[in-house]
Amino acid sequence: MYQTLLSINFDWLLLIEKAVLISIIISVSLLVAMYETWGERKVAAIMQDRRGPNRAGPGGLFQPLADGLKLFAKEEIIPTSSNRLLFVLGPGLAMLTAMMTSAVVPWGSHFDLFGRHISLQIADVNIGILYIFGVVSMGVYGIMIGGWASNNKFSLLAAIRGASQIISYELAMGISIIALLMITGSLSLKTIVEQQQTGHYYVLLQPLGFLIFLICAFAECNRTPFDLSEAENELNFGYHQEYSSMKLGFYLFAEYVNMFISSAVMATLYWGGYDVPFVNDATFGQAHGQNLLATLQVVSLFGKIVCFIFFFMWVRWTIPRFRYDQLMKLGWKILIPLALFNMLVTGFLVLLKQNHWHF
Amino acid sequence: MEPLTSRAKAVERKPMTMWERMYLPAIAKGMSITFSHMFKKKPTVNYPEKTRPFSPVFRGLHVLNRDEQGRERCTACGLCAVACPAEAITMEGAERLPGEENLYREEKYAAKYEINMLRCIFCGLCEEACPKDAIYLSETFAPANYTRKGFIYGKEELLIPNPVTEPEEFAKAQGGRVKH
Repeated sequence: MYQTLLSINFDWLLLIEKAVLISIIISVSLLVAMYETWGERKVAAIMQDRRGPNRAGPGGLFQPLADGLKLFAKEEIIPTSSNRLLFVLGPGLAMLTAMMTSAVVPWGSHFDLFGRHISLQIADVNIGILYIFGVVSMGVYGIMIGGWASNNKFSLLAAIRGASQIISYELAMGISIIALLMITGSLSLKTIVEQQQTGHYYVLLQPLGFLIFLICAFAECNRTPFDLSEAENELNFGYHQEYSSMKLGFYLFAEYVNMFISSAVMATLYWGGYDVPFVNDATFGQAHGQNLLATLQVVSLFGKIVCFIFFFMWVRWTIPRFRYDQLMKLGWKILIPLALFNMLVTGFLVLLKQNHWHF
Repeated sequence: MEPLTSRAKAVERKPMTMWERMYLPAIAKGMSITFSHMFKKKPTVNYPEKTRPFSPVFRGLHVLNRDEQGRERCTACGLCAVACPAEAITMEGAERLPGEENLYREEKYAAKYEINMLRCIFCGLCEEACPKDAIYLSETFAPANYTRKGFIYGKEELLIPNPVTEPEEFAKAQGGRVKH
């Protein structure tokens, strides 16, 4: 058995390479999530003519560290009437699903280091988008389990709201993605980015689809104006009301990680992913070397992600929360018909193009 | 019904137009408003490092004044305590002994002088009543304290620094309000 395992011609270095990549991506997502909390408070403050956190470190930059330390130092309370196992499982699941999505996002083309071809994508799954959808739908379990296990009627109400909202908006999101897939012909995120590197960004071909996807992404991330599951003033905190200490921190963190990942997915699907704008990547790579190109690509993708994250925050501090019936009306009566319309028009045009029409 | 004022305006209840029902133009308008606020001047002051300037008539914590040679001006006549509408001031007089001429300006001085800052309403009547220019309301306000006792200010807290030995602190404590 041992002999046969060793005799399999397997690239063991690949395993190390992927392990390093995974740990880098996880720590980067956590770091980004940390600084998103700082950024959120800063953006909120600036938009409300305030100054925001500015005590801990220069410009308040150490504020997330102080917050984390505070959350770790807080007393951890598990209510006696709660379901212990599920109560602990909830935040862990929320965090897990938030992190898992990053596996299929291409963060850059590849590095040529130590004579190896190191791809900056953990796994180039040929059903990348389906994988993302699968994992994102599991995210609802974090909310559901947390709300259920708390044994608190407000938490339960919030969990039900959150679940129905996420399920409703997933439909429109899926249909808007189908229109995109008709153009790309591939579910692999890497292929989609490579198509955009040579052709147009897909936001130009799918403006309506992007808009629908964007709105649904807000709903999936439970961000204002769709943050009904944690409506403070009606449900006094929603599904994580009974949570304290780092379990609460996990829920809050998972929200920010979700925001980061969905920004990455939106940038990848519609805004060219790691493509450096206004530069022909192929010729640049030949002229200045692949490693410099890959670095620039990572920077470019992160630039796009930061823009999206800022947009998320900008919307949060502008638009008030929807009422529940308005939310459902928007999802079922407006977004789904629009997405269907978009899908039909796209399908029609793709069919014409395949039959050699020129326009 | 007749409107009661000329400013009455009928509420419009006509249904929203297509443009209004699209939401997005209104959202874009709102977003542009919040975005424009990013470039506005912030009215907030970084408080402990920076303070807002007080108005010239601001009345803050009391100061017991000294003359140019650093002698206490107060003679414990009690006029401030009489003038005080909140009855915040108490004092005990004492006679100046030979050899204390460099400490006290006149033959009588306040051995004990207390103001209860929780009772004080900072009206400034003590300042007006004082015939010796001995008490002034400065430009600082009472800092927080843990006990009620901490708000009863004695001579140590009230007395202005000596202008001969500590001229800088003296000038700072005087502020803009004390007459020279």
